[in-house]
Formats: sequence, structure tokens, C-alpha cells
Amino acid sequence: MKRFAALFTVIDQTTRTSEKVAALADYFSSAPDPDKLWTIAIFSGRRPKRAVTTTRLRDWAAEAAGIPLWLFEESYAVVGDLAETIALVLPPAQSASDDDLSHWINLLRGLIDSDDEARRVAVLAAWDRLDTTERLVFNKLLTGGFRMGVSQKLMTRALAQATGRDEAELAHRLMGEWSPDTTSFTALIEAENAAADLSRPYPFCLAYGVEDLAALGPAADWLAEWKWDGIRAQVIVRGGALHVWSRGEELMTDRFPELARLATDLPDGTVLDGELVAWDGAAPLPFAALQKRITRKVVPKKLLAEAPVILLAYDLLEAGGADLRATPLSERRALLDRILAAVPQDAPVQASPLILALDWEDLGAARGKARQMKAEGLMIKRLSSPYHVGRKRGDWWKWKLDPLTIDAVMIYAQAGHGRRANLFTDFTFAVWQGNELVPFTKAYSGLTDAEFGQITQWVRRNTLQRFGPVRQVTPHHVFEIAFEGIQESPRHKSGIALRFPRMLRWRQDKTVDQADTLDHLKALLAQYG
Amino acid sequence: MAQAVLTMTDRGLYCAAGDFFIDPWRPVDRALITHGHADHARPGHRHYLCTDGCMPVMRHRLGDIVCETVRYGEMRRIGDAEVSFHPAGHVPGSAQIRVAVGGEIWVVSGDYKVEDDGLSEAFEPLRCHTFISECTFGLPVFHWQRQAVVADQINRWWARNMAEGRVSLLAAYSLGKAQRLLHLLDPAIGPILTHAAVENTNAVLRAQGVPLPDTIRITPDLDRKAHPGALIVAPPAVLGSPWARRFGALSTGYASGWMQMRGVRRRRAADRGFVISDHADWDGLLGAIKATGAEKLYLTHGYTDIFTRYLRDQGHDAHVLATEYGGEDGAEAEETGDAA
Ligand SMILES: [Zn+2]
Ligand SMILES: [Zn+2]
Repeated sequence: MKRFAALFTVIDQTTRTSEKVAALADYFSSAPDPDKLWTIAIFSGRRPKRAVTTTRLRDWAAEAAGIPLWLFEESYAVVGDLAETIALVLPPAQSASDDDLSHWINLLRGLIDSDDEARRVAVLAAWDRLDTTERLVFNKLLTGGFRMGVSQKLMTRALAQATGRDEAELAHRLMGEWSPDTTSFTALIEAENAAADLSRPYPFCLAYGVEDLAALGPAADWLAEWKWDGIRAQVIVRGGALHVWSRGEELMTDRFPELARLATDLPDGTVLDGELVAWDGAAPLPFAALQKRITRKVVPKKLLAEAPVILLAYDLLEAGGADLRATPLSERRALLDRILAAVPQDAPVQASPLILALDWEDLGAARGKARQMKAEGLMIKRLSSPYHVGRKRGDWWKWKLDPLTIDAVMIYAQAGHGRRANLFTDFTFAVWQGNELVPFTKAYSGLTDAEFGQITQWVRRNTLQRFGPVRQVTPHHVFEIAFEGIQESPRHKSGIALRFPRMLRWRQDKTVDQADTLDHLKALLAQYG
Repeated sequence: MAQAVLTMTDRGLYCAAGDFFIDPWRPVDRALITHGHADHARPGHRHYLCTDGCMPVMRHRLGDIVCETVRYGEMRRIGDAEVSFHPAGHVPGSAQIRVAVGGEIWVVSGDYKVEDDGLSEAFEPLRCHTFISECTFGLPVFHWQRQAVVADQINRWWARNMAEGRVSLLAAYSLGKAQRLLHLLDPAIGPILTHAAVENTNAVLRAQGVPLPDTIRITPDLDRKAHPGALIVAPPAVLGSPWARRFGALSTGYASGWMQMRGVRRRRAADRGFVISDHADWDGLLGAIKATGAEKLYLTHGYTDIFTRYLRDQGHDAHVLATEYGGEDGAEAEETGDAA
């Protein structure tokens, strides 16, 4: 574990990407193969299965630290990270261990089949042999939440440096269904004829927000589409089977049974990129309809009928089993349209329509209609571009709509977690209904750390009442709240729910009576809901 | 039942028997001051009383004030109250203030730490009936390592930066923490440069005999290339500023108890966080409180609600004391300029 903990420490201590990659490359050049394989698995989101509930971990940590459980919970609320809280409250270890990462992972995987008391004994014994950083790593493996500022992309780059292999090729090797149980480091990374995995998706091409339209050159070099508010997905038909992947590399095939027929609707050896949306027959339903679907592994019939899902396809990555990613977008798109023209009319797939525009001004006008089209804005893609691996500046741009905004009064504040553990960052906002302030949304982000610091000081001095961690504060500060969408919601007192609310500006120039009203919010609902 | 020796007013802690305040936050006639940090020593009082070791810094910060001094342990009678100042171990000259009225003894801790840092006069446990304690780091996640261990981390970081051709910039509050760090640095590694805010405080403390290593004040005409591999001690506000960028390739460090939390560490614009504080950690607080033998406890600064509840769980008669100290908890420390 020492080698991996040292890697963790270096990565945690630097903000420089080059240093992170160097440390990872160093690790990949020196660690034993099983450790390397687990490290790749961890950084690509393939964590070992959780063997112990977090409830039990909390109990044991409080017991080992000799503190009451409520105090552990309060500490956790401040630290914001369970693995870290446990590592910090435990008394110093009584001995040390030279066992490597795989040993500890195998130990915790062994716990899955143990009884509760055996788990307790094993975990307490482990804690007593690990130093604070090793404990943090061990706890992260136990609780299954491993984020440490290393993206899969960085990890892949380091792996490319350490192995001398092409980064894009490695990225593709790491996609799809594998786990350290089903493969070895050699088979995954080095084997020349790695058995082509039929389900393996391609790395998604991602876009940046557009900064300067003028710099893009003539509009004729570009293609424009609606930017749908759905779930980005890759649909794969190979060997007669269908696989649906999310951008987060989650296999979603079973969640969307209505897509199953695509296995025969589409020709074999086809891979599509597009957006899954709930479809009313002519246009996408609000995202909320889709959201109900995402959270369920098994979909009730009623929901399936209310919110059937289709793929709005906009790119073709593979046709007839051939990788098309190096082919220019204009050709990929033409071929996509031809393939989709041949599928049955009622198939749950459609080409995402192209937006025809003569120039940027024309396109700007189209963008203005996005909300009407139930879209978030436009996507602009260079006609001559290949399908890139990951996020790359220059060929794909999103041109989102300006958000809707409303001026609201802060009425409750709550401390943040983790990075912002000692700041008040979570606020509840209200608008006027007559003389009453009606809460309608929470927001957490959008201010600078300095502004959060300033607000924190103010909250401490202007607390009217405490409800556990929440403080009711004097209605005094007005914030401009931005949001992407607005929906009716019987669950909220205001009758309204916002999508992606955040603080756009702290309106120190406005007094509370200048904040907006509930009627204004209802008017926005009528217009855009 | 014994009379309350101190009561809370809108101006701060007040002693009726002696007609004085301790660390008040609004202007008063007579103020007894535990130490020179901004949230304890405020401007505008007519008459100040502090330790002789604290006075030079008070004058430096507050200008021409009417200020009387006492030695540690010296007994003063003010009205019907007997008052004495005792080392708090927080920064040089910092004190706990003991107030006795008719046999009833109260102690105000001010800010304190129990580890002897070798610069500040070491914390002195005092027996009392009522103890008003700070609890900035009153959570069981805060455990400090011995300062020799942290000193070693800092010196190794500095030496490595030097080997890699980088200047080291160590951010710390200019009164107390900065001098403690200077004291822990190994001057054999290379030259130590100081920001003017730090050096001004150094000058005050050196004049009163506090042993600090040689430092070079950074002035506008200082040749920045003439000190390769130097370590700079500067206030946190310079992190990420144009002032810092002029030194070229930098590695930045931030020294504070808050660095114990990974989340806070990552929020700071520094490459490295060093966990070192002039406040007591969890075990330090519990040990200090126990040593007073106090029947009644009041808590200020930081996680007062949680810490108070824990003390009550343990059978103590403990209460939260709402104060306007604690520009020290975290984010605010950088803006209001108190040490953590
Ligand atoms: Zn202080
Ligand atoms: Zn203080």
C-alpha cells in the first residue's frame, strides 16, 4: 500500500498536471502488474464491490476513536468525506505493513462473504496497521468513492508514457466491460490481439463552450444541430446484440427496453452517437420525464408508455464493422442519414435534424428558437473534423442559450462540505408573495471563494434561528439566480422546480424589496415550462 | 451561589467588580488584552493592560495607545478584582487572564496551544472555578504532529524546490505563525526572504529578544535573481498575486491547522499544505480543560456547539459563549488577519 499511498500523496499535493502524469507514469513503470491493473481499474471507475456498509464503518470508527457516534457524524459533516473522517479520528496505528495494494483489495473483497463480526475484526486490524494516508486510501476503497483529481484521460496519458503505446489506442482498450477479475495487465494493455470485445464503446468526443464565433471562420465550414437536454449515449450493434453506453461509461442497455429492437432495426456492425430523450411523438418531453427513467433499473409499464425513449442520432462511429472516426464529419453524417433512412418508420431512432443557416447571424436567430424546440441551444461542428477522443478544442462547440434569471432573497444558509467545509455555501432563496417570502430554490455554486468568505462572516452575525445545521438569516441579500429550465412541482411550496439553479451574481446594489415575485416566476413557468 | 465574576455584554466580557473588559470588540474605558491578534486587540479603547511581552506588538499594530503592562504571574488589584496574566503558548507575549473576586476564580484562555513551540512562553495550566476556553479546532479530526515533524516536512520541501530550481513561498500569518516557522527553518539550506508585513513584526519581536534567524527584507529594488532557491515567508494574501509571480518558478506552501482537512487544503491556492497551528488540537483542548478542574466551562471560537455538546456528554457544565472573536475560523482568517 505504501507505493500507492505515495502516489496518492504526490497527486494530492500538486496542482500541476505534468507532475501528476509524471508520478503516475513512474508508478506504472515500477509497480507489480496486479497493482497496476487495479490502479487502472480504480481510475477508470471500476472499483471493487463494496463489502461493508458505511453505517457499520461509522460505528467501528467511532468505537476505535473512543468518541460517541453523534460526534463522529458531526465531524463527518464538517470534513465532508467519510473515508477521510475515519482516517483522521482513528488513534495512531500500532504497527506498519509492507503489503501492496492488491493484498488490501483482496482482503476487502474477501469481506463480502464474511459475517459482520469477522468484517469488524478485519477492518479494525487493518486500520491498526496503516498510517493516516494509507488508511484514507484503504477507506476510499472500502467506501467505493475514489476521486483524487486524476481523470481517466490523465491516467491513460501516463500509461501511454510508461508503456510507450499510443494514447488513443489505450483509451479504446480501457473502454467497455472488463474488471481485474476477467483480465490481466498483459491481456488488457499489451496483448497484440486483444480479443475484440463486442460491447466495447469508443471514447466520446466532447465539446467546449463557444467563446468567439468570429474566430470560427465561414459558417459554411460548419454543421449545426440542436443541443438536446437528454442523456448522451453510444448505441452499439455488433454480433446481433445491442449495447447502450452512457458518457460515464455505464452500460444502460437494460434500462431502456424499448431500444432492444434496434439490434435488428440497425445493420450489424453499427455504432451511433446521439442523445437519448423521452419522446412525445414529435418533440422531446421535459428532462424530468427522462429523469424518472434514469433512477430505475426496472421500468414500470406505465412509465414506459408515458415517457418512451428514442435516440436522436448525430454521428456514426462505425459502419459495417469499420471504425469511421478518422473520416470527415460530413461523410459520416451523410452515411448516417442513409442508414437511418433504411430503418423502419417506428424504430426508436431518428437523425437529429440539421439546422440550415446561411451565416452566423442566421444561426443566431435559430439559437433563439432553441427553448421552443425543447433544446438547450446549438452544437456547432466542423464539417471536415474527425471524431476526436475526449475533449479537444477547435472542432466541436456548444452554443448554449443564455440562462433564465430571477432576483431572489437569501433566507437560509448551510455550511458546505469538503472543499468548503468551513464556509456557508448552500443557500435557500425566496421570492415575494405579497408580504411573505416564499422559498423556491436552493443554490450552491456561482460565487467566488472570497464572496463565500464574506457571506459566511455575515451569516454568523445575522442568524435568526438554527435548525440543526441550517441557519435562518435576516432577509437582506439579493442574488441573481440563473437556471436552465423551469417546471411545475407539487412537491415544492412554491409549486415550482428549477433546473440547474446557481448564483449568477450577488446583487449588492439591490435591496430585498427589489427582489422578484412569485407571480413573475409563474409567468416564466407559463412561458417556458 | 457564587457571583459571576465575568458577564457577557454587547461590548464583550465584563468584570463588574473591577469595572474592566477582557478583549472587548467595541471601545471601552479599560481593556485587558490576552494577545495582539486583530480579533482580540481592537483599536479605540481608552486604557489597555497587557503583558510586557505583548505590548510592543500592540503599539506596532494600534499606534499610540495608553498601555500599561504586567509581568506573567504578577498580581494586580483592580477594584475588587485580583487579576494576573499567565502564558498561553499561542504567540510570544500571549496570555490567559485569571480574575479572582472574593475567592471565586475565572480564567479567560484567550487563544492557546499546549505544545511548547520554543518561542512563545509555554502554556501554564491554571486551576479555576470557571474556564472560558477557545475551541477553534474542537473536533476529533484535529490532531497535530509534533512540530519537529512538520519542521522536517517544510525543510525537505524547501531543499527539494531548491534542487529543482524553484523558489519556495511559505504563506503564514505575519504575527506568530510566521516567526514560529522562521524558528523551525534550517538556515543552512539557503537564504530566507521576508515580505514587509512579516519583517516589520520580526523587527518588533527581535527588539524584545525573541530569537529569529537572519532574514532578508524584500524591497522593491531587491534583486530577485540574486537569491536562487530562497524561501520566502509572506502573508497568505500574496498567494497567486502579481507580487508572488515576480519571483518566477515558485512552489507555494500554506501553514495552518486547517490544512488537516484535504478539502480545505485543495481550496487554497497553494501547492502544499503544512498542518501546524498556534491553537490547541482536540486532545490539547481536552487536556487543558481537565487540568483547570473547572466546574463551569464557556466555549468560544470555532465549533462551539459541537464541542460544548461533547463536554456536556462527559458530565461538564459547559455553555457556548457568543463572542465576536474568531475572525480565526478558516476562510475569515485570511481576510481579517488572525492566525490559525
Ligand atoms: Zn490569536
Ligand atoms: Zn482568537
